[in-house]
Amino acid sequence: MKPEPSAAAGSVTLAYHETIIEPDQSWLRVHWGQLWEYRDLLGLLVHREFASKYKQTILGPAWFILQPLMTSVIYTIFMGRVAKMPTDGIPPVLFYLCNQLGWNYLQQNLMTGGAIFTNNAGLFGKVYFPRLVMPLSVVLSNLFACALQMLSFLVIYGFYVLIVPGATGLHLGLWALLTPVLYLMTGALSLGICLWMSSLTAKYRDLTQVLQLVVQLWMFASPVLYPLSRFPAKWRWVAEINPMTAILEAFRICLLGTGTLTPASAASSLAGTAILLLTGILVFQRTERTFIDTV
Amino acid sequence: MDKPIIEIENLSKLYTLGSIGATSLRESVEALWAKLRGQPHPNGKSLTARFAPEQVGPVPHTFWALRDISFAVQPGEVIGLIGQNGAGKSTLLKILSRITEPTKGRAILRGRVASLLEVGTGFHPELTGRDNIYLNGAILGMKHAEITRKFDEIVAFAEVEDFIDTPVKRYSSGMHLRLAFAVAAHLEPEILLVDEVLSVGDAAFQKKCLGKMGDVARQGRTVLVVSHNMASILSLCQRAVMLKYGTVARVGPVQEIVHAYIETSKPEETVALSERYDREGDGSVRYESISIENADGGATIRTGGRCKVTIRYKSAKPVRNARFLLTIYDLTHVSLFQLDTEATGGLPEVLPAEGTLICETDRLGVTPGRCYVNLDLIHGHQLADRITYAAYFDVEVDDFYGTGKLPKREWTMTVMKHRWRSADPAAASGEAA
Repeated sequence: MKPEPSAAAGSVTLAYHETIIEPDQSWLRVHWGQLWEYRDLLGLLVHREFASKYKQTILGPAWFILQPLMTSVIYTIFMGRVAKMPTDGIPPVLFYLCNQLGWNYLQQNLMTGGAIFTNNAGLFGKVYFPRLVMPLSVVLSNLFACALQMLSFLVIYGFYVLIVPGATGLHLGLWALLTPVLYLMTGALSLGICLWMSSLTAKYRDLTQVLQLVVQLWMFASPVLYPLSRFPAKWRWVAEINPMTAILEAFRICLLGTGTLTPASAASSLAGTAILLLTGILVFQRTERTFIDTV
Repeated sequence: MDKPIIEIENLSKLYTLGSIGATSLRESVEALWAKLRGQPHPNGKSLTARFAPEQVGPVPHTFWALRDISFAVQPGEVIGLIGQNGAGKSTLLKILSRITEPTKGRAILRGRVASLLEVGTGFHPELTGRDNIYLNGAILGMKHAEITRKFDEIVAFAEVEDFIDTPVKRYSSGMHLRLAFAVAAHLEPEILLVDEVLSVGDAAFQKKCLGKMGDVARQGRTVLVVSHNMASILSLCQRAVMLKYGTVARVGPVQEIVHAYIETSKPEETVALSERYDREGDGSVRYESISIENADGGATIRTGGRCKVTIRYKSAKPVRNARFLLTIYDLTHVSLFQLDTEATGGLPEVLPAEGTLICETDRLGVTPGRCYVNLDLIHGHQLADRITYAAYFDVEVDDFYGTGKLPKREWTMTVMKHRWRSADPAAASGEAA
């Protein structure tokens, strides 16, 4: 190792840094600046999440492609053939694949990010960093699986458009460019829920079990297995309160050209996401300050 | 004169005991049910058995882990934090590291802080050595560019050049530890908080780390060290703070404070073990008393003499699968030997709920000086009781070698019988050439 001039120049004088540690019971103390300072850590944690996730499976990243494909085939057989659920005139496999784009992202986020405090108690008890980095890294690293899933969707989509006769009406238009916005919405919504759930499971460990059940029930209440157009009109308002409804319908509008997006459901989705995310951040940062005392 | 780099003012921390702050809905319901029927809290434990009266908090099931702690540290100082288990050292370090918040008071840290409460925090077995260096460095607060700049140095320090792109799960435990240490040793904050991390690893590497820490200190950085090892406190620090029952007992030059600590932490003969507050463990079996005498029942213990240790213990029911472990230390907290029921065996499998155990030793190969006894009791793989400095005894001089000569404690800690002869045949027959 030879000394380089840049190494000497690297030892810059650090800016004066003062930390005051005192009890603080306020709800509105979020260190945005610190979050920015720890952006390197965020990147590395994202890397750790998915590197560890696919290194531990036999099929590796292929698993993220196979899983939704298999689920779609199962849905097609049971929902399409057995229950005869119409799919707004879209080939069932594509319909279910498209719905899973948004839903799987949400589900993955909740399953891996719903107990941030209890899952990281060892780490949080030994070192300080802005705790918000952790749920953010979960939500960001799950995007990797989304990308793979999107790729497999596009391949199947191409197959239908080019090869399967009669699959007319399918066209990937400019609307498809809006899908990143939909992922952003899903990410923000699931982050909000993860922050809430993590704070609650920090106190009540057994809520982790409940979370799984809730996610399952939520799926049946969301247009994943059926289009919103098939929802009984009398109960339509229930579906419209659900913030996931508009997102899932919008995914289909953008990618498949059909869907039901009402102003009411769009508004409830936006408002629900904003409220959950903002309150989630506040609850989370309040929990993080003394969580380790209850471990 | 600069402002102090660390300023601590009336810092206090109130803890709620154990699982009283229910950890599951079921426990919450159980607690409510017990309350409705007028029964005590199901998870409530007696406070008086574990804490000193002055530590008991204002509300039931609370205690002061720290109470009105105030002291200041000047830039460039290396300061040791000492005290018995439960004195509040770790809590103080956790507050200064911002892992938890104080209940009252405040602390001002004027500089970039890094805390090292554990080595290898956040290491992931699936990631390569390279990835883990970056990850661990970032967790400890280093910037990506800073790690890149020191990367080669870290790898060389850890001596893992050939394995840097191998997942750390394939590392030996020694390599794992060296890599973890290496990252930590290359932190360059203005304030470094260290907790007992130097007590692991092999001796040679420990020495290397101590050297590196010393370099850090010489560069004018401020270091706050917690350790039970008085020898490393003495070699690293200039000043020390002694904590006792959550308050600052003394602050001053390191020699003076370590001496005071050893003096105060030695048990007073009058304090029975059952009145010790600073215990650890679940309390399912507890030590009641300990006495150490010579084989004839006399109080004087000599180098080369035999010892008889008598302990009494107590439990709610007959004791099964228990391990009684006595560790004998010298003044600087270096372990001299252990008396271990698991190592020797020979006790019946089930012991009565309350009883007395007697341990008889062979000739004691320890140089004259004071020895302290720490007690551990492991019951069914759980720590049931731990008392540090439960007792002490003085080893007196005796004519161990039959020559009237005996080494002092400062020179060595142990003695053993040995013989010398010349390998030269002429010398052996008494005819020097």
